[in-house]
Amino acid sequence: MDSDLIVQILFAAIKTGTPLLFIALGELICEKSGVLNLGQEGMMLMGAVVGFLAAYGTGSAGLGVLAAMLMGCLMSLIFAALVLHLGANQVATGLALTIFGTGLSAFVGSGVVGQTIQGFQPIAIPLLSDIPFIGKILFTHDILVYSSFAITFALLYVVNKTRIGLTLKAVGENPHAANAIGIKVLRVRYLSVMFGGVMAGMAGAYMSLVYTPMWVENMTAGRGWIALALVVFASWRVGRIMLGAYLFGLASIMHLVLQGLGWSISPNLLAMLPYVATVIVMVIISADQFKEKLLAPRSLGKPFDPRQMA
Amino acid sequence: MKRSNLVSRLELVSITKQYPGCLANDDISISLMPGEIHALLGENGAGKSTLVKTIYGVVSPDKGDIIWDGREVSIKSPSIARDLGIGMVFQHFSLFETLTVSQNIELCLSKTQLNAIGNLAERIVQLSKEYGLNVNPDRYVHSLSIGERQRVEIMRCLVQSVKLLILDEPTSVLTPQEVAGLFDVLRTLSKEGCSILFISHKLHEVTEICHKATILRGGRVVETCVPQEETPASIAKMMVGDLAEQDAGYAKKIGTKSLFNVNCLSLPAKQPFGTSLKDISFELKSGEILGVAGVAGNGQDELMAIISGEDERDVKNSLTLEDKAIGHLHAGDRRKLGMAYVPEERLGRGAVPDMSLTENTLLTHSDGFIKKGLVDWPSIQKYTETLIAKYKVKCHGEFSEAKSLSGGNLQKFIMGREIGQNPKVLICAHPTWGVDVGAALAIHQALLALRDQGAAILLISEDIDELFLLADRMAAVCDGHLSPVVKTESTNIDQIGQWMAGTFINSNNDFKGAKS
Repeated sequence: MDSDLIVQILFAAIKTGTPLLFIALGELICEKSGVLNLGQEGMMLMGAVVGFLAAYGTGSAGLGVLAAMLMGCLMSLIFAALVLHLGANQVATGLALTIFGTGLSAFVGSGVVGQTIQGFQPIAIPLLSDIPFIGKILFTHDILVYSSFAITFALLYVVNKTRIGLTLKAVGENPHAANAIGIKVLRVRYLSVMFGGVMAGMAGAYMSLVYTPMWVENMTAGRGWIALALVVFASWRVGRIMLGAYLFGLASIMHLVLQGLGWSISPNLLAMLPYVATVIVMVIISADQFKEKLLAPRSLGKPFDPRQMA
Repeated sequence: MKRSNLVSRLELVSITKQYPGCLANDDISISLMPGEIHALLGENGAGKSTLVKTIYGVVSPDKGDIIWDGREVSIKSPSIARDLGIGMVFQHFSLFETLTVSQNIELCLSKTQLNAIGNLAERIVQLSKEYGLNVNPDRYVHSLSIGERQRVEIMRCLVQSVKLLILDEPTSVLTPQEVAGLFDVLRTLSKEGCSILFISHKLHEVTEICHKATILRGGRVVETCVPQEETPASIAKMMVGDLAEQDAGYAKKIGTKSLFNVNCLSLPAKQPFGTSLKDISFELKSGEILGVAGVAGNGQDELMAIISGEDERDVKNSLTLEDKAIGHLHAGDRRKLGMAYVPEERLGRGAVPDMSLTENTLLTHSDGFIKKGLVDWPSIQKYTETLIAKYKVKCHGEFSEAKSLSGGNLQKFIMGREIGQNPKVLICAHPTWGVDVGAALAIHQALLALRDQGAAILLISEDIDELFLLADRMAAVCDGHLSPVVKTESTNIDQIGQWMAGTFINSNNDFKGAKS
């Protein structure tokens, strides 16, 4: 393989990994606060369709992204209200949100299927993009990829170095203790779920405005689910999420690469690579229960009712 | 009071709190002077917890005033309480295990407090020296013992220069030596003018350290006294009111034939924070109670799980019942052979919270109540009602959900259910933990009656007094090791306390200690 091809593969891996990165970072924060949101796929689809509609209507991709983020946030608020306020089961509500989002997005987007728009153009960052090899891979992307870098590094700092990160961990580990020392548990969880929604919206926007600048029903193709696996894969660490997202991205373009190299493997088999990788990673991680328990937010999926304190 | 010229640190005036179906606090008035160590006593459900939560801002009272340093205040949240200088050490610690000590403490401090302190880690080390707390700011909480965790909680209050420290049953999880250490800290704090509100079930501790005591019963103040002028028995009487008989000494028995044996049981921990069992051997004889002392988290839970069969790993020959290996059997099969259990965790292990008492009875008592595969509901209901009556379980009836009962009442029920199967061997963990004086007495007598019928009882408890009261022979666990087993008469609290701290490990098991 010549180095040009490798550069192209890695460039594509980052591009493919970016929506995963967005949505997994959102889910990470959500899970760190102790809330398991299985509605990622639905929020992402709604983000994708609303983002596309807004961009299609206004002609501005930037407005599309904003609309998608807002929509993701709205979807997550439905989830938060049901789960945090009314104490509904998180798993069931999350699944319902996904089904709801899948159906609604298909309905809303039925009029624009197959239409195309002008998405974001790549911006080569001066100087940095001239670095041989790395420059091409990292610094000739579009603005959304750059903002995913920025968000990752911001989260690295916030989660590991600030009091906000400490509070988040505390709420996710033991909400009753957190409440007892005066942390507003429900508020922290609301904000975390909303952050998850905004990120899911961005991931959706990336799909419909950059990755394939058009709307197709169910176009996220299970990325919301892969993101859930990715959070476990990354053992709830921000840095590993980035690494994992690009690895998964790489896995999902492998079939194109191998076809290019002339290997005669069924494209269908190759297309399932990322899903197989997900299963394998889940098995490896769950095999070591010892570790899994130390890493996972301990109250994950358990509702917290402040009134039960008394 | 000798300091009557000063303003009270805290005064509660007619605090009233009504919960649905229960008047938790009824017109309670208490006052604390600076430097006073004040005991809050009462049976379970007397309203102690509600009252301290009111002071700490977790519960808001329906009526009544709180006066702090002579000024009326309204404490709406724990952070307001902390700003005033009120600190609380919870019974179930409110620490975060995946964070370090200093991160845990940092979470409780406001920005201004943090700025005033400067370097938090240094401040912790300095305070640690000053009060002899021995707290290392960089350790992760999950690596700390229970005693150390409690010191972290106290440190959390000290860092905020606390003026009133509330401790909810602080000694129930400590070794006698650790209790002495805690009392030294409390006395120092008291001398510096910090008031202390101390909730405890252990009356001799109250008479030892407290200046004043308020006794609650049914949500009302029934008595205030100076504990030094009373005896534990006279205080107990005030708490219970119509206490007819007190736990006195019971006759010790010598077991007859060997019933249940644990032979050289070693087992690695299953849970990340668990304890590995290390070469445990003991014999349980018919007609005796073997008491196992130990601070929580030293292998008691693991031992209980492997004996009951909840831990499904095969330890075939390490467990024998009447010379038959049972270590490979399923939990249900072990029960059929005559084993019974009263686990520490009442809701979730001892009983299913959402099921009725009848259904909970059926879970361990299937024999005779199931005919041709169908449940004979009338007879199981009747049987449950006799259990409720016999053990004086306070509930609405056999249909009550297990979770609706108070801890002590549920414990009486579980105890009755297990004893009702006439077990050959009863394994019983912390039977009276958090149970009030009256219920504890009933449980003690039930255990002794079972022993006298010839059952073998393994009693795992953190309450040393209880063990000395009931056990015929005694041992202690520390870090998964079991100490030598001795007759209760031939030992004393001091020796058991040292065993709980692990002194036997090096002297007896040098080579094993080195291995682990």
